Amino acid sequence: MTPPLLQLIGIKKAFGAVTALNGVNFELRPGEVHALLGGNGAGKSTLIKVITGAHPPDAGTVAVGGYPISRLTPAIARSLGIACIYQQPALFPDLTVTENIGLRLESTSPFRRVRHRERRRLAGSLLRQVGAGFSGETGVHDLSMPQQQLVEIACAIGAGAKILIMDEPTASLTQPEQELLFGVVDNLRRNGSGIIYISHRLEEIFRIADRVTVLRDGESVVTRDLTRTGSAEGTAIGQGFDEADLIHWMVGRNLERTPVAIPPAGAPDRLIVHGLGCEDSGVHNITFTIRAGEIVGLTGLVGAGRTELARILFGLTPADTGEIRLDGIPVTISSPEEAIALGIGYLPEDRRRHGIILDLSVAQNVSMSVHSRIFPRGWLRPNAEQTLAEHYIHRLGIKTAGSGADANTLSGGNQQKVAMARWLATNPRVLILDEPTQGVDVGAKSEIHQHIRRLVDEGLAVLLISSELAEILALSHRIGVMRSGTLTALFDGQPSAAQLMRAALGNLEPGDPPC
Amino acid sequence: MVSAVLAILWLGLAVFAPDFFSPQPLLSRLTSSAPKLLVACGIALVILTRNIDISVGSLYAVASVAAGHASHFAPTPAVIVAVAILTGLGGGAINGFLVATLRLPSIVVTLATMVTWRECLRLGQQGVFINLPDNTQWFSLSMVRGQWTVVLTALVVLTFLAWAQRNLAAGRHLHAVGSDPEAARLAGISPGRTTFAAFVLCGTLTGLAAALNLAQSPQIDPNTGRLLELEAVAAAVVAGFAVSGGRGRLFALLPATLLMISISPALTYLGAKPYWDKAVHGVIILAAVTADGLRRPKQQSRPPVT
Repeated sequence: MTPPLLQLIGIKKAFGAVTALNGVNFELRPGEVHALLGGNGAGKSTLIKVITGAHPPDAGTVAVGGYPISRLTPAIARSLGIACIYQQPALFPDLTVTENIGLRLESTSPFRRVRHRERRRLAGSLLRQVGAGFSGETGVHDLSMPQQQLVEIACAIGAGAKILIMDEPTASLTQPEQELLFGVVDNLRRNGSGIIYISHRLEEIFRIADRVTVLRDGESVVTRDLTRTGSAEGTAIGQGFDEADLIHWMVGRNLERTPVAIPPAGAPDRLIVHGLGCEDSGVHNITFTIRAGEIVGLTGLVGAGRTELARILFGLTPADTGEIRLDGIPVTISSPEEAIALGIGYLPEDRRRHGIILDLSVAQNVSMSVHSRIFPRGWLRPNAEQTLAEHYIHRLGIKTAGSGADANTLSGGNQQKVAMARWLATNPRVLILDEPTQGVDVGAKSEIHQHIRRLVDEGLAVLLISSELAEILALSHRIGVMRSGTLTALFDGQPSAAQLMRAALGNLEPGDPPC
Repeated sequence: MVSAVLAILWLGLAVFAPDFFSPQPLLSRLTSSAPKLLVACGIALVILTRNIDISVGSLYAVASVAAGHASHFAPTPAVIVAVAILTGLGGGAINGFLVATLRLPSIVVTLATMVTWRECLRLGQQGVFINLPDNTQWFSLSMVRGQWTVVLTALVVLTFLAWAQRNLAAGRHLHAVGSDPEAARLAGISPGRTTFAAFVLCGTLTGLAAALNLAQSPQIDPNTGRLLELEAVAAAVVAGFAVSGGRGRLFALLPATLLMISISPALTYLGAKPYWDKAVHGVIILAAVTADGLRRPKQQSRPPVT
């Protein structure tokens, strides 16, 4: 029997007083996709860093190909064929794909001659292997996120990597892009590579993994096999477990599922958008209505114009055609200040960069958009600010050392709650949520979902943008699908995921409602 | 940090060179450095927004010359002060417009305005000094009272701005925009307006600084203010302002400026050669940046969170 590609036994790692890993066992066989699951702070990132040699473990053994490695450094890890594809590809945006691949794979000696033809040939063959539909002469800044990931994978293959770590590779991918990625993963698996696959999306685990290990609080809780035989094509069956069990292992507690509430029948129209368009952002002819107490989900492929629509409604890229009515009154929104004054809030996609300001405290972040209300004379009133912040810390269950703690000391899910608190503090009439649970662990996600439900029960109108169909289906009263900058379908009630997918791809069938 | 170094330096001076603290020379020294404190304050505000203004030295000279010419039409201290401040405000507004409205990089914009103002002065003034009317010196007060007026004006302005930074929403806006302009924009704070305001304030403070300087001398050198921008940036860096924006406390400029102006006399009193002056300045700036650099990575070495 061939030895496992990688074996970790009793790995421990602590940062000061914080124990990140407390005895992790993990094994990766050739030709296997081994999923690694765990909530925020479960130790996944630290474990990856141990495997790639970035963090030496405090205790435990790392064995590659059956041989224990006593002092793993990033250079040794690379030479042993360990490669990691991060969520955010680390490519040089101003260089071409070929140049990036060359830089990654060729010797770094400064005086070596660059063999352009050979470099082009190598890059071309690697790009073909990963099924990339773009040429090596493309500048990386022109590539989409999934295309950049393909380049990263090409580099890893080119470097002869046998152990590939993929850290939430589908976080920013749309469904067809995911399929493309899964195809590449399948190929790698067939060629005998081992893939450590990290994802928050459980359905992906069943889609692609052969085995799954769940981490919780720095320990490997459970490792189970999945089997492909006897299951529908492209999916696997967990041997003696299902999604609910995985969640249970991950969080150690059961998450309740609340059924979708039906909005009150006579609810007034809160936001009416008619024929809305903006030349610059490629959005045109958008018409829909959100009633008070209603969640309208908005899905579609990345680049379909969902975030662009949100930015129009929030005044970041003002509309040049069409009409917006708020509670029946026509409004023009030409800046975020105006949007906020009208009672529109926007929780942006990129939480760490745009949702909150990491240098400021929790309280300062919460009060950020209501300065003129809580500081009516222009000077700060720390007590008013603290009271406001504590109200929302309590209401949303934000875990923080206090309202004065810096926002960057909070976990991802709690940062997202702070960003939500800021908008709730403005008492919005309409709240636009753009990927509100991206990169948030399962527990925090279900809490955020519950908060969203409670808010609409209180009469808020919510536009929910999400790439995750499960989230859209679980929360929305009605669901809009965007494609190429316009709204192609608007579903009442509960469409199937397949119907949504068809609308997003533009393959509407009879029986699907047109917009 | 800076205060501690300053305290040690002054303690050393008190023991080895008590002459340093004799009242009249000390007051003169403080008077002549009051304008630098205000310019440092202006630059610090701009640095808070992730920008830089290196045109303050030239603007300082323009404001001085403009005020000098105006004083021949209406020889009162009030006119000198008003013209200097308004000139500074105008210069700041031009920088602010170019940086905040047209979104040009501030280093390039203020490099251009720095050179432009300086060359305009060279052409217009041909290096000729301007004599100021007698009655405008020391704001028509006695010399000691005039000196106190200069020092106290600078201190009051600094104290007010430091208070405003902590206690006015506008101060929060500067920090938010400097930390992350896009995040600030999404929170409903206009990065453009905030940055414009910072440049206008910087110009205004530079104009006021020029006015405080004019009160001290009977004539104006059109080449005044050379390298003032470097001294001001140095003071801001020593005071702990991060060039990447968003961090720094205005009040820290007081010990930083006092430290920088104590070095030359300290070297003199301690018998060192004056050549060492600039070298010691450089070492202090490097030490400040290094200290800041050493403090920062600690924040990043927390355990990673997925």
